[in-house]
Amino acid sequence: VAVPGAVCVAMPGAVRVAVRALCLAALLSALGAAGTELTLELPDSDRRCFHQELESGIKFTLDYQVISGGHYDVDCYVEDPNGKTIYQETKKQYDSFPHHTEVKGVYTFCFSNEFSTFSHKIVYFDFQVGDEPPILPDMNNRVTALTQMESACVTIHEMLNSVIDSQTHYRLREAQDRSRAEELNGRVSYWSVGETLILFVVSIGQVMLLKSFFTEKRPSSGGAGT
Amino acid sequence: LALYFHIGEREEKCIIEDLPSDTLVVGNYKIQRWDIQRHDFLESAPGLGMFVTVTAPSGEILLSKLYGPQGTFSFTSYLSGEHIICFQSNSTRFVAIAGSKLRIHLDIRVGEHFLDDSAAHAKDKVDEVSVRLEHLIEQIHHVSKEQDYEREREEKFRKTSEETNSNILWWAIAQTLILISVGIWQIKSLRDFFIAKKLV
Repeated sequence: VAVPGAVCVAMPGAVRVAVRALCLAALLSALGAAGTELTLELPDSDRRCFHQELESGIKFTLDYQVISGGHYDVDCYVEDPNGKTIYQETKKQYDSFPHHTEVKGVYTFCFSNEFSTFSHKIVYFDFQVGDEPPILPDMNNRVTALTQMESACVTIHEMLNSVIDSQTHYRLREAQDRSRAEELNGRVSYWSVGETLILFVVSIGQVMLLKSFFTEKRPSSGGAGT
Repeated sequence: LALYFHIGEREEKCIIEDLPSDTLVVGNYKIQRWDIQRHDFLESAPGLGMFVTVTAPSGEILLSKLYGPQGTFSFTSYLSGEHIICFQSNSTRFVAIAGSKLRIHLDIRVGEHFLDDSAAHAKDKVDEVSVRLEHLIEQIHHVSKEQDYEREREEKFRKTSEETNSNILWWAIAQTLILISVGIWQIKSLRDFFIAKKLV
């Protein structure tokens, strides 16, 4: 990963103009299409909605994942500006929903925890809008082939994008697994202590109950015993 | 500013950001109020502001300021962990008028430094190139920081799993021992009791 700077700088001065115009401007400002990723906490029996205004003919993708809470599931639905439900799922752990908009207007997506009575969930979602613009300004209309430097820039950009994606993926999976492990640990501790207490209570209770059967109050049944 | 959501007048809504240490977070927001007469959200409501509160993983408040109806807030994380960013309007309307709500537009960026200013002030092409290069290097550093933080979390995860494993093992052994000793105590106690009662 020490390469990115080196490639674009080690060239003769005349080519530097080309560098600025093509390589770095595109590499760095092309942070991808617009998108929002947020992590929020959904209390039990609650629903949170988000809205976004979109043109028609745009592609958007909604990815969401439940990081912790209860059975790690949530309801999700997406509505178009006309109120029509274009996506609806109940009790999903994670999903990805791509869609091409047909109508211009405000799109709504909501996460609902209404089916749960006591577990609040932590949900991560990522709403990406639009296709990524090509990182070189006229990459698609060129007559000549890409220079070595330009194609190196394109490669770096694509690799960095995949680094971001895989980093997010692993971060979410790890957070979810860690949450499960901590829950398991807590459960094991509490139940162990509880079981030990029950063990003591039951065994002492048994002995005392038996002793009480043979006390002076019922001398006649003392011999019959068990 | 694209994504928006609604909150009530005095409601507080929070989002969670899990950050490595020394990370800059910048947020752009815009808040609008619903106007009953015009049945629409006002473009800008004078006097309307928003409290932004940022809580660090240790519980310490990193940022707690009142901002105007539109603006930018930023903070740098000192510890790594879950930071909670909360929004609440400073509206003084205690009685929620029917249908009154606020719309918040939000855009949060983590670990990015805007290069617009420095790039615009670059003296010539070479400077611009080096400015952009530095921006790129900073972004790669952020990737590396996130990975270090991920390693920290995974270690915590592994410790929890191993602790659970040994918990189960020791508690199982302890409970078996307790079971056996309590059983022996029961029999002894009952035998002594019956002998004392001259039944055996």
